[in-house]
Amino acid sequence: MKHRVLAFLFCLIAGQAAAQGFAGLGTTAATGFATPQSPARFAFPTDHGPHPDFRIEWWYLTASLTGPDGTAYGAQWTLFRSALSPDDAQGWQATQLWMGHAGLTTPTTHASAERLARGGIGQAGVTAQPFAAWIDDWSMTSRVTGNADMLDRLQVTARGDSFAYDLSLTATGPLIFHGQSGYSVKSAQGQASYYYSQPFYRLTGTITLNGADIPVTGTAWLDREWSSQPLSDTQDGWDWVSLQFDDGSRLMGFSLRDRAAAPFTAATWITPDGQSQSFRDGALRMTPLTHSRVAGREIPTRWRIELPDRGLDITASAINPQSWMDVSIPYWEGPLQLTGTHHGRGYLEMTGYR
Amino acid sequence: MIGTALLTLGSHWRRHPGQLAMLVLGLALATALWSGVQAINTQARAAYAQAAATLGQDRLDRLQRHDGRPVPLADYIALRRAGYAVSPVISGELRADAARIRLLGIDPLTAPPEANIPGLQDDGLDLTEFFAAPGVLIMSAETAGAPLPPNMPPIRIRDGLPPGAALTDIGTAARLLGQTDPSYLLVAPNQPAYLPPLATATNLLRLAPEHRADPAQLTDSFHLNLTAFGLLAFAVGLFIVHAAIGLAFEQRRATIRTLRALGLPLRSLLIAFGLELAALGLVSGVAGLILGYAIAAALMPGVAGTLRGLYGADLPGTLSFDPAWAGAALAMTLAGTTIAAAQAIGRTARLPILATARPEAWGQASARLMRQQAVLALLLLATASGLGLWGDTLIAGFAAVACLFLGAALLLPATLAGLLRWLQGRAQNPLAEWLLADTRQQLPGLSLALMALLLALSANIGVSTMVGSFRATFVGWLDQRLVAELYVTVPTPDDGTRLHEFLHDRTDAILPVVWVDTTLAGRPGALYGQADHETFRAHWPLIAAQADAWNRLAAGEGVLINEQLARFADLSVGALVPIGPVLRLPILGIYSDYGNPQAQAIVTLDRFSALHPDIIPTRFALRIAPDKAADLASQLRDEFGLPADAVINQSQIKRFSLGVFEQTFRITGALNLLTLGVAGFALLTGLLTLADMRLAQLAPVWALGQTRARLAAMELGRSVILGALTFALALPVGLALAWMLLAVINVQAFGWRLPLHVFPADVLRLLGLALLAAAVAAAAPAWRLARISPNRLLKVFAHET
Repeated sequence: MKHRVLAFLFCLIAGQAAAQGFAGLGTTAATGFATPQSPARFAFPTDHGPHPDFRIEWWYLTASLTGPDGTAYGAQWTLFRSALSPDDAQGWQATQLWMGHAGLTTPTTHASAERLARGGIGQAGVTAQPFAAWIDDWSMTSRVTGNADMLDRLQVTARGDSFAYDLSLTATGPLIFHGQSGYSVKSAQGQASYYYSQPFYRLTGTITLNGADIPVTGTAWLDREWSSQPLSDTQDGWDWVSLQFDDGSRLMGFSLRDRAAAPFTAATWITPDGQSQSFRDGALRMTPLTHSRVAGREIPTRWRIELPDRGLDITASAINPQSWMDVSIPYWEGPLQLTGTHHGRGYLEMTGYR
Repeated sequence: MIGTALLTLGSHWRRHPGQLAMLVLGLALATALWSGVQAINTQARAAYAQAAATLGQDRLDRLQRHDGRPVPLADYIALRRAGYAVSPVISGELRADAARIRLLGIDPLTAPPEANIPGLQDDGLDLTEFFAAPGVLIMSAETAGAPLPPNMPPIRIRDGLPPGAALTDIGTAARLLGQTDPSYLLVAPNQPAYLPPLATATNLLRLAPEHRADPAQLTDSFHLNLTAFGLLAFAVGLFIVHAAIGLAFEQRRATIRTLRALGLPLRSLLIAFGLELAALGLVSGVAGLILGYAIAAALMPGVAGTLRGLYGADLPGTLSFDPAWAGAALAMTLAGTTIAAAQAIGRTARLPILATARPEAWGQASARLMRQQAVLALLLLATASGLGLWGDTLIAGFAAVACLFLGAALLLPATLAGLLRWLQGRAQNPLAEWLLADTRQQLPGLSLALMALLLALSANIGVSTMVGSFRATFVGWLDQRLVAELYVTVPTPDDGTRLHEFLHDRTDAILPVVWVDTTLAGRPGALYGQADHETFRAHWPLIAAQADAWNRLAAGEGVLINEQLARFADLSVGALVPIGPVLRLPILGIYSDYGNPQAQAIVTLDRFSALHPDIIPTRFALRIAPDKAADLASQLRDEFGLPADAVINQSQIKRFSLGVFEQTFRITGALNLLTLGVAGFALLTGLLTLADMRLAQLAPVWALGQTRARLAAMELGRSVILGALTFALALPVGLALAWMLLAVINVQAFGWRLPLHVFPADVLRLLGLALLAAAVAAAAPAWRLARISPNRLLKVFAHET
């Protein structure tokens, strides 16, 4: 049962999973839903909240953590929204469905958890003012006072069968808008989404693993993205990275694998002071170096990532190659160690590998 | 050689097709009733198991409110927001006239995997459709075929759903039922790590599957009753078969002797007999299966109605075919054939080859055999009494009934012989004396058939006495218990307060009814709070009470408990009854509470509020002049926007309860008639068996000047006399059975004891039926006698010389 529901949900959460070829639901143009328009115009804090007239949306946080003994950890907190129809009915009649994923990675273990909820009854949802995103007891709540952006200070908690975490995030830079001021093109055919990030978090907090609390510090990256039909028919998976270099600069890059053509790539270079530069298709190159056997599939867990325009040529290695999100429709999501022209930490997400 | 023997033996059936038909029919009837009842039971058990497994209800704990009302949505959300894996269900019944459907609204997003929700796993169901309005209802083909309320969402047919129920999204159920709050919450067995125990996070009642009323358990006794009926019918059917096979053996004595004399080894002869019986058993078994299936199919709607009414257990109204059932029934037929034929086969094996082929009445029991039987019978009856008086399990109850039946049957020939001898001594003329003597002479040949008749008649008397007693008691009890004119249920506690104000000067009394599910003496039950009012004091039926029980109850000194609790927990007045984990109160009185399978206790309203301050009454009993009840009911519906079934007139409840009751025993009536029919047929068989052999006795009477018509009339008369005498014996046996059913089996099965009422009209009607059955059974042999050629009667004398 659950598997079916999730397959269905995932179909709607196209960026994640239409890629995996579910009945073309995610790639079929949805009727009645709004579609992203260029130029993008954002209004905050409203746009931190949900957009029920768009089909899919997510609040996606990845964090690179370090323990007191220097051990590298990774944490993920994601809330997906998926609309059955473009309205915001309340109560049991709500047509907005919610899915939460949480992951906690160590160099040797990876734990994941999943929560599902319907909207309209308070079990899950997002409010913009004050900002809060939650599903069951998992939450991402703004601690901002005054006039700062709602996302500047966040408290993030989640809990799985064998792990939990509680993280305090503080942004040290501005929001970053990808593509054309937040209008992010996803294919040569013009599929697009609204996409912005807060990549400047410093964090402190506690992770709990098998009953033991471990204090951690680190950095985090929040992605906000919504659309109604982000992938083209022939795109069947993606590789996405968010990288934080030791010199304070950052890179977001993705490569959408295409059955019929070369991968469609895009990248955003972010300077330590918060300036950003978007790169069109082809500027970023992502090349698999080593594959690992993960959950019965061959998955690239060491990559060469090049952005010649910025003199970037690095090797990104998974801290734990088995960072498998064992949720109903599984994918790979885990922390990276970066070496080469630039050093640092990052996060990698890969979908659509069979 | 066996082939030749088979052909030779088989030729008998060609010459006596009637006998063959009798044998086949007897076996078929025995199989039919037994297998029919088994089919019903099997189907019912499967339905219970299916219903229990729906939504993993046989495995998952539930959270619900103590008063059984819906769980506030906010409470559900609070539990989820605290991290607990609970999943809401909105369930309820939609009715429109005769159409009804039970909706089971689930939230597939939070339902634990153990819920094992049927119907959604397969392909071809668009989940968008399932979630979004108008939604879909998933149900079995049978449910979809029955009348449904109007304006239902699209229907998808899936196997594996209980009858009368539809699975749907909780949103769809919420919309159709007009209910926002979950009826209850399912608790996932695996809760997330690092959470405090669920019990500390909520004051909802957590019920494990074994503590919920389980239809399989509740209906056990009902099915045991059916099984007993089936076995009785099977036994009666075997009497027929025994008679037919015995007759065939007697008539084939000469053939058997000739075959043996011609050199057929005994082994081969016995194999030939075995093959013949197996073939007959198989043919009759199959015929019986078909017949049994037809009987079960005809009874099924009644059974389904009964179980729904009595226990709220939903059964499909139609029957499905189960090969295991058919196999078991066939095996039972073959085993039965073997038992019935054992005597005949044994005699064949011992038959001296050179003995004269003299037909003698089979089963010519000697006086010694009759005495032995009588002794055994008395032993059995003593055992029955012992079990009835001191046995304290359901099985002991049924064993007592079995001993009673067997003992009575074995005692029958000796008793009948005694009665006939006594009558003979008082006969006024030689013809009557001859008739009685001749009847007595025939007893051994007819005794098995008469035993069958005795069993059928006493079962009939016993069961109809029980039903009648139940009805009489139940109606009186309903009058006492449902004394208030109106019963009102409002949706919220606030409405309850408002209702009080509204009714203040419109009624004579407003009596709140509050209850909480709790444990009573360690078993699941309900504690009620009741206002101290003349309504209860004057009308409540207490079967045992302390002096001044009502005043002491009003003073909060103790509790009243229902008969079920008293019997199950072996509590008597004055004892302390544990209520919930800590409270213990003395028992002031015990009241009868028919039809309720659960333990129950009553305290005063004040005491109840002190124990459960959170429970605010939303159900009320109203006293008002009966002629104003209907007006007030409609005022209440208008004023509070209540659905029709929230305001109930007591006459409606009574009508409903009695309807349920009538339905319950309709099936018993049908089975009664069937067993009586089978017994009548057994008698016919016995009489036919004797008819030909009796010419030697009749010929002299004919020669003395009695016409054949007169002789035929006397044949009828004799059968009727035997029927009447058997009935006279069946009467005490039947009443003893009724007593056992009411005082032993009912108490064990349901926890209540009923007073015994005898209904002379019913008994007289049954006497008429018994005489009719005897007359009908004798009609064919009598008719043949009336038309017999005088030549054959003369031949009797010719052969004598």
